[in-house]
Amino acid sequence: MLSPESLKKIDREIAKYPPDQKQSASMGALRIAQEEKGWLASETIEFVAEYLGMPAIAVYEVASFYNMYDLAPVGAKKISVCTNLPCALSGGVHAADYIKKKLGIDFNETTADGQFTLKEGECMGACGDAPVLLVNNHRMCSWMTEEKIDQLLADLKK
Amino acid sequence: MLEIEIDGKQLQVPDGSTVMEAANQVGAYVPHFCYHKKLSIAANCRMCLVQVEKAPKPLPACATPVTNGMKVWTHSEQAVKAQKGVMEFLLINHPLDCPICDQGGECQLQDLSVGYGGVQSRYEEEKRVVSNKDLGPLVSTDMTRCINCTRCVRFTTEIAGLMELGQAFRGEHAEIMPFVEKTIETELSGNIIDLCPVGALTSKPFRFGARAWEMSRRKSVSPHDSLGSNLVVQIKNDQVKRVLPLENEEINECWLSDKDRFSYEALASEERLTKPMIKQGGQWAETDWATALEYVANGLKSIASEHGAGSIGALVSPHSTLEELHLSQALVRGIGSGNVDFRLRQSDFSADGKREGAPWLGMPVGKIGSLDRLFVIGSFFRKDHPLIAQRVRQAAKRGLKVSALNPAFDDWQLPVANTLNVRPSAMASSLLAVLKSLVEISGEAYDGEYGAALATAASEPAARAIAESLASGRRTAVWLGNLAVQHQDAATLHALAQEIARIARSSFGVVGEAANSVGGYLANALPVAGKGLNAAQMLANPLKAYLLLNVEPELDTAAGGSALRAVGKAEMVAVFAAFKSAAALEYADVMLPVAPFTETAGTYVNCEGRAQSFYAVVKPRGEARPAWKVLKVIGDMLGLDGFSVDSVEDVRKRVLAADGSVEPGKLGNAVHGIELKTGAVSAKLERVADVPIYFADPIARRSAPLQQTTDAAEPKARVSKATLAQIGVDAGTRVKVVSPEGAVVVTLIEDEGVAGGCVRLAAAHVLTAPLGALNGEVSVERV
Amino acid sequence: MTSQGIILSGLDGDRTWRLADYVKRGGYDALKKIIAEKIPADQIISEVKKSALRGRGGAGFPTGLKWSFMPRAFPGAKYIACNSDEGEPGTFKDRDILRYNPHSVIEGMVIAGYAMGCERGYNYIHGEIFEVYERFEEALQEAREAGLLGNNILGSDFSFDLFAHHGYGAYICGEETALLESIEGKKGQPRFKPPFPASFGLYGKPTTINNTETFASIPYIIREGGDAFLALGKPNNGGTKLFSVSGHVNKPGNYEIPLGTPFSTLLEMAGGVRGGRKLKAVIPGGSSAPVLPASVMMDCTMDYDSISKGGSMLGSGAVIVMDETTCMVKALERLSYFYFEESCGQCTPCREGTGWLYRVVHRIENGLGRPDDLDLLNSVTANIMGRTICALGDAASMPVQSFVKHFGDEFAFHIEHKKCLVPKDVQHEGSKIYVA
Ligand SMILES: Cc1cc2nc3c(=O)[nH]c(=O)nc-3n(C[C@H](O)[C@H](O)[C@H](O)COP(=O)(O)O)c2cc1C
Ligand code: SF4
Ligand code: FES
Repeated sequence: MLSPESLKKIDREIAKYPPDQKQSASMGALRIAQEEKGWLASETIEFVAEYLGMPAIAVYEVASFYNMYDLAPVGAKKISVCTNLPCALSGGVHAADYIKKKLGIDFNETTADGQFTLKEGECMGACGDAPVLLVNNHRMCSWMTEEKIDQLLADLKK
Repeated sequence: MLEIEIDGKQLQVPDGSTVMEAANQVGAYVPHFCYHKKLSIAANCRMCLVQVEKAPKPLPACATPVTNGMKVWTHSEQAVKAQKGVMEFLLINHPLDCPICDQGGECQLQDLSVGYGGVQSRYEEEKRVVSNKDLGPLVSTDMTRCINCTRCVRFTTEIAGLMELGQAFRGEHAEIMPFVEKTIETELSGNIIDLCPVGALTSKPFRFGARAWEMSRRKSVSPHDSLGSNLVVQIKNDQVKRVLPLENEEINECWLSDKDRFSYEALASEERLTKPMIKQGGQWAETDWATALEYVANGLKSIASEHGAGSIGALVSPHSTLEELHLSQALVRGIGSGNVDFRLRQSDFSADGKREGAPWLGMPVGKIGSLDRLFVIGSFFRKDHPLIAQRVRQAAKRGLKVSALNPAFDDWQLPVANTLNVRPSAMASSLLAVLKSLVEISGEAYDGEYGAALATAASEPAARAIAESLASGRRTAVWLGNLAVQHQDAATLHALAQEIARIARSSFGVVGEAANSVGGYLANALPVAGKGLNAAQMLANPLKAYLLLNVEPELDTAAGGSALRAVGKAEMVAVFAAFKSAAALEYADVMLPVAPFTETAGTYVNCEGRAQSFYAVVKPRGEARPAWKVLKVIGDMLGLDGFSVDSVEDVRKRVLAADGSVEPGKLGNAVHGIELKTGAVSAKLERVADVPIYFADPIARRSAPLQQTTDAAEPKARVSKATLAQIGVDAGTRVKVVSPEGAVVVTLIEDEGVAGGCVRLAAAHVLTAPLGALNGEVSVERV
Repeated sequence: MTSQGIILSGLDGDRTWRLADYVKRGGYDALKKIIAEKIPADQIISEVKKSALRGRGGAGFPTGLKWSFMPRAFPGAKYIACNSDEGEPGTFKDRDILRYNPHSVIEGMVIAGYAMGCERGYNYIHGEIFEVYERFEEALQEAREAGLLGNNILGSDFSFDLFAHHGYGAYICGEETALLESIEGKKGQPRFKPPFPASFGLYGKPTTINNTETFASIPYIIREGGDAFLALGKPNNGGTKLFSVSGHVNKPGNYEIPLGTPFSTLLEMAGGVRGGRKLKAVIPGGSSAPVLPASVMMDCTMDYDSISKGGSMLGSGAVIVMDETTCMVKALERLSYFYFEESCGQCTPCREGTGWLYRVVHRIENGLGRPDDLDLLNSVTANIMGRTICALGDAASMPVQSFVKHFGDEFAFHIEHKKCLVPKDVQHEGSKIYVA
């Protein structure tokens, strides 16, 4: 279900917690599973549950609670733009509008070629760098002027 | 103890009490939704906010610990303002269509909103809609009504032992649900209906059956397992509409198993027998009671004179009432036969004549919670005894360590510290090994009856671990489960378990199979050794006449196939039953419609020896009559002594003490002088048979909703991986399982809970009935 | 990062975060001193008390006092948790601490472990800063390899291990008990208190939770003494503090300044209001702190007591600056959406009320406001505040109450005229993409 590399990473997460608290690794395991699969299908969640010895619904609770997990397929590149107030004061909304225009999609939509999904993000703890956006949850891009957005989209398309 | 003042009333409460508990003590009602005395505290609904002296803001009564000298006001202006504020929030997204809601009239939200709700909603936005979930055949959902109190989630996790429901998503999007496309499978699922304070979870079988206020409520007792759960049966137009728990902390607490709750659906089934019927020239014809009774009386008389009274026998269901059990044996004995038995699934009767009393749990059910060690021998514990297992589950959280010896394990949803998983024929030697270790631990010489066998006992680490566990406890118990009682070496297992309990200073008991497993003994509905035939003997060599009281021999006895053949050969089979069946139409000659538990008065004696009498809650259906009356009339017709009873109480008095309880001396688990069978362990495949929860008795078998659950799925043959390899077939294939009595074709699946060398295949099902014996050697062949 | 202080001063961006650089700056001296001199745990706690260090996570609770709540003779495991969940809009200081000075947090946590007799710690890191999480993992590895973490630290009989737990997008996990639930692998729903984490924390064991910046301040306190730290700030408000300045300023960023520094100085350090425009309002302590009008704010000094006197909270030290181009209704709408989105969903008032608040503000902003909407907002917030398990209910309510209180006219204008006092194009111009 998951690659040996992913399982090895999950095992490393498990090792961070006391031996009888394996379920603590559920968040890490879901993150790793999502990195491999792109999103979290029910089978993936069930697999993680079994791997950690947890009821499937308990893992589903986790997967549906934290909003960086995707419970439905997303584009190859998921871009989340922070539009929260501090960012909005420095162009967060403008940056989002610009990306919408460039990709021809709205928030929570995916481009027809399956390349990009756009999400509205909440505060990323980087308000001083506004506008900020996240690529595939893990890569943060700061001070996103229109030129930098153009550049980023071009790079990502490659 | 802590001093507290609530609404001006002073009281003392134990340390660790909450304000809610204290308020309950003085009768101050604090509105609440998420709080439930049997569940962990969530404090999420916020309805129970009360004013506490010196606290800057109102505090939730359910979660706030009492501190010494605390002063609380549950209905002060501050408290009521807070409560009203919460009520407004609860209602903004809640549908206001009580008239079409199934919870209408018994809804806590509806009740409380009368007192705490505003007149008109200030919320004018669109209301939230939540999709419904398929929770299976028993629980219906209307999730838009859910107020997210999480009682149901906590129930599955804490009481049923497995988290089957969760609260997914967050904030306003939070939803109660099972895992994607899963239903809930716990045998206790119906309790979430009672727990749900609104109409989000309701009874699927009952759905829109009646409005709460249209029904009358009558008390009754569950006729199924040996716990004897107390019931409230709700009636409308002389029909049972719904069954709810009657709270009894000492028995079922506030819970019911799904079997107790939903079996009533069988009572209106099409198979109900509602008229006396006689078979003439191979044709069934309805008749009147007088004719039918005369037929039975004459039949008995003529068979007795022709073949001797010993050619007549009665098999009585252990789910019968005490009064029915008593009169059945009185009838048989009055005729001059000693052939009567209610221990229908038992196969080893060698302890007969060597018992001190009626086997029982050996302790009160209410004390289970204080055990710290428990050894369960031969039991499908969770499904056989759902609510006793639930008590053990709660005790396990407080430190009870459970050990178990079994040829097949299911997940009991509770921690089992030590397990011995061996084939049936090895169970006796395993017990001997436990006994041996216990004697070693005690450091004293063995002073009991079974020294010779003990000398041959082997040592085994798993047995040693169980012995150590028992020896380290302070309040310990050893219990025999249904499988142990039905076992081919039942007497040996009983004797050894008794010795283990004696050396470990444990309480010793038999959990008991049916509602009247204890009552059958008290009523003497069993043969006196040497003076009559037991259930197995009656069926091994066909008798001339059988009286079957609520018994379906192919399903309710240890040897289904041969039982069916035996009754098929008899000259007369008189069936006293609430239901007809295809099989009965074949073998019976006369069928008398007798009343099930809801339509008759009677008594069940539960596993702890508590006699619980009940009245009929509805009139008998059609021409059905209470069986005790039918038996009385037959007795009278035959001119037998002992039938001059005018009421069910008259019958009861013959078995119970004057106050309606069991005379203490009559209960007893001790057996003596048992010839131990600890010899050869079989080298062939052995059958292990469970009696699945919804196949166990004629009523459960006919409850349509229960039959739709996963617990009622068609039986499959289960073997361990190693055995699978040994047999040389793949999991998932169809195989023929062959016993000395017959053969059946079933699907084979892998199950690591089954001991090596065993095939687990359920009994009490039409599919597997031809196999007969619940244990013994079998073989598996490809088809 | 222009800083005058003890946590971020003298750092050179991404180039000086490694163990060797930290050691050069005097890093781990405090720990070494403790181990070498076998300083008793009590003495460490009293040093922290003396420093008047107050929790940097938001509530400003005295750290030394918190540490003294941990049961001493408790048998079995005890835990330390570092709160790097930093999700409060406007706050971005912990990210920089972890990026540029991760060892200060590690050292602070090891010292805390020593002082409270804990064997294990977890640093809970905000979901969106994965790169920072990875760097922190690397720093942990360096520390482990140098014998500064793990068994028998620096050859002593003190053992302590530390792990990073990565969040995945839930503001509520910054609430300390939600954070514990989250480390336990569950959804982050706060626990009812009591019992408090000091008696029933992670895995049910005694646990102390502090903010990243709080832990990062510890090495200095131990190295230089509590008095030295106190002297950096003002009485009852010891030390320097990081302020994350965002919004309409020329140089958004983190500024580490002594507590008690006038707000005007901080504003100046951040390059002043953008485009020379007029200051309108400031949220001085993260989005949940009440907003203050410019006039009030200009009279405040940046410390717990002064801001509190001004009618708000120092909170996490996130200073959100809004100039005259800001529509206060729109600003509140966005914040209310945030709390609505982030409510964990367990308490009725928060689950139901945050959505209600957002919808009312949303309709006012969209020209559909009704005359009694301001009363409604005040009454709904009053019904949420103080009635929930955690403070998110309050956090969602305080902005609403303060915006309505200080900028009620603007709201009333919206309701009456179905449009904003500030023309749309002016708003647009004021908050377009801006990079200093
Ligand atoms: C809704 C909510 C969010 C919070 N978020 C954070 C956070 O992101 N970081 C933080 O350090 N504390 C946060 N806190 C405060 C913590 O609960 C806790 O008080 C703090 O971590 C304690 O550390 P300190 O004493 O060092 O400040 C939050 C509290 C609430 C109620
Ligand atoms: S106040 Fe809100 S976020 Fe906090 S526990 Fe309650 S529902 Fe969750
Ligand atoms: S009953 Fe107390 S909060 Fe629900």
